[in-house]
Amino acid sequence: MKKNNFLAGISTYSTIIILSVLMLIIATLTDLFGGSLLVRIVTALFVNLIVVMGMQVFMGNSGILAWAHVGFMGIGAYVSSICSMSPEIKEMAVPQIYPFLLNIQFSFIPSLLVGTLVAIVIAAIISYPLMRLSDTTAAISSFALLIIINSILVHWDRVTNGPRTLFGVEEFTTIWTAVAGAILILVFAYLFKESSLGLRLRASRDDFYAASAMGINITRVRYFSFIVGAGIAGFGGGLFAHYITSFTPTAFYLAETFNILAMLVVGGTMSVSGAVVGTFLVTATKEGIRAVENFINLNNLLSFDVVGLTEVLLATALIVVLIFRPQGILGGRELRFSKKTTGKNRLLNSSESSLEE
Amino acid sequence: MITLDFIINAISLGSLYALISLGLVIIYGILKMVNFAYGELIMIGGYFLYIVGLNTQIPWFFVAVAAILAAMLVSFTTELVAFRQVREKSLTALLITSFAVSTLLQNAALLIISPRAKAVPLPAIFSTSVSLLGANIPMRNVLTIVTTIILLIGLSLLLKHTLLGIALRAAADNFKMTRMLGVPANLVISIAFILSGAIAGVVSLFWVGRTASVTPSIGQAPLLIAFIATVVGGINSLEGAVVGGFVYGLLFSFIGVLLPQSMLDYREAFMFLIVILILLWRPQGLIKGRFAQERVG
Repeated sequence: MKKNNFLAGISTYSTIIILSVLMLIIATLTDLFGGSLLVRIVTALFVNLIVVMGMQVFMGNSGILAWAHVGFMGIGAYVSSICSMSPEIKEMAVPQIYPFLLNIQFSFIPSLLVGTLVAIVIAAIISYPLMRLSDTTAAISSFALLIIINSILVHWDRVTNGPRTLFGVEEFTTIWTAVAGAILILVFAYLFKESSLGLRLRASRDDFYAASAMGINITRVRYFSFIVGAGIAGFGGGLFAHYITSFTPTAFYLAETFNILAMLVVGGTMSVSGAVVGTFLVTATKEGIRAVENFINLNNLLSFDVVGLTEVLLATALIVVLIFRPQGILGGRELRFSKKTTGKNRLLNSSESSLEE
Repeated sequence: MITLDFIINAISLGSLYALISLGLVIIYGILKMVNFAYGELIMIGGYFLYIVGLNTQIPWFFVAVAAILAAMLVSFTTELVAFRQVREKSLTALLITSFAVSTLLQNAALLIISPRAKAVPLPAIFSTSVSLLGANIPMRNVLTIVTTIILLIGLSLLLKHTLLGIALRAAADNFKMTRMLGVPANLVISIAFILSGAIAGVVSLFWVGRTASVTPSIGQAPLLIAFIATVVGGINSLEGAVVGGFVYGLLFSFIGVLLPQSMLDYREAFMFLIVILILLWRPQGLIKGRFAQERVG
């Protein structure tokens, strides 16, 4: 009996092991053999992966379309940058900054944590009423939230330098910090999904009325998972800021939302493995097309500059995936060693086709 | 501060917004889907004004007709190629598809035409003003109001008195029942998309008329306006969309006057705050549709 439990445990957690080993191998190979461009691409991949997993925590488990997470990524990015920059650079980068913000300076990790915390607090304050909404109203209101966040980032000169570039953030995020962060969030997102809260949330996704009849407070479970997702996105934003080092509020708007959404949907929203696989696939495709685009532009093969080809092809690919496999490539399954799972998980897996309705 | 020209300009803005939201709600009523690619239809109209207007010598009126037809055609095609295939899967898939179509069209314009703004040739009537009771009113604002009134009357005649209109309204009320009574679903949905494209085309004339230029991202602002207006007015009814558009246009004008100068930059954030508050207070909007049916694929 004990052995069985042990095996079941291995099987359940094998997802974490498989995916972390995969990420570590990719990071090691890139660090050893890749050029500086490849290292940057892979670092960006892991940073994006964190935000994708943050979206998965909410959207995958609750089944509600979430637009706002990239906004929380922006909040995390700005807050952590303001925290980590030295007063001298801050004075140049954000000329109108509030005096009390000017003199604070933390090291990298505390800055990241402050960014995450602020994203969590803001999400906690504003999101509770939104969690009562479903379907279209939920989609429109979270879209509105993204626009509000963007509008504030663009106009709050005294913190964000307005629509202008915020520059001078130190480059703390290396490929290894990014992969460590991604593995940390992977473990967290997976455990969240398997936790009691995650289970209740998935129950509300699969059958709203049955779940509330069982006594699940759906608004509450959605609320907590939204906060968790926003926190993860804020954490990813902090890592992003210290990777890219200079950015504008536009970096956290519709284009990035499309990017993150494509990664999540291609892999499959309903599993953490889907988020990882989707991120890898979309990044590989995108960088492939971008290389072609750059090659054409650099060699002047065409009389005009090719702009937007990546997005056109990516959007087409996304539509094709949605037409033929609306639950994504993994269709809500997790990568596991053994197909034989415990009773609890088998039950769950059988109902993981709700996106098909 | 509230003068006659302010009022007429506010009404003109309101009627433009009413048109914008009407085009979005026609589709929402039937498919229960907000079409994120709606703004790109307006962009298509704008680019047709630019391309046809610049390269041919035909009168502007025909250029405008070509732009409207182009928006209708693109709207029809997106439904046929993308939305129809995903329709039966899930609402989330449908919404993401429309977001993807929006990105696709926008970047296609970027790729094929140019990322830079293009100047659109417009007839003189768009830049002249008329005097009315001492107020100086731009002619295009009068045109906007007149066109909106004509379109609204035409559309309500179509919806009330023709077989097609009755089928459309029945489908918006209860799509499942309508299908059982023998109305072909694909046809009704296609027509809704064509009508939506036609309205987007008309909107593009006036939207582009305000700045006389077109960019790939020109559709973003009208899309957001349509979102706000439909939510404010009530997303389940066409009347709601029109009322919402007017309310939003008037509100937007008045906020512009009432908000202190330093807060004016946050006008958009304020508008969206109002949307969220209205959604919480009245999830159905100001005007409640007669039916709020579950979605049918």
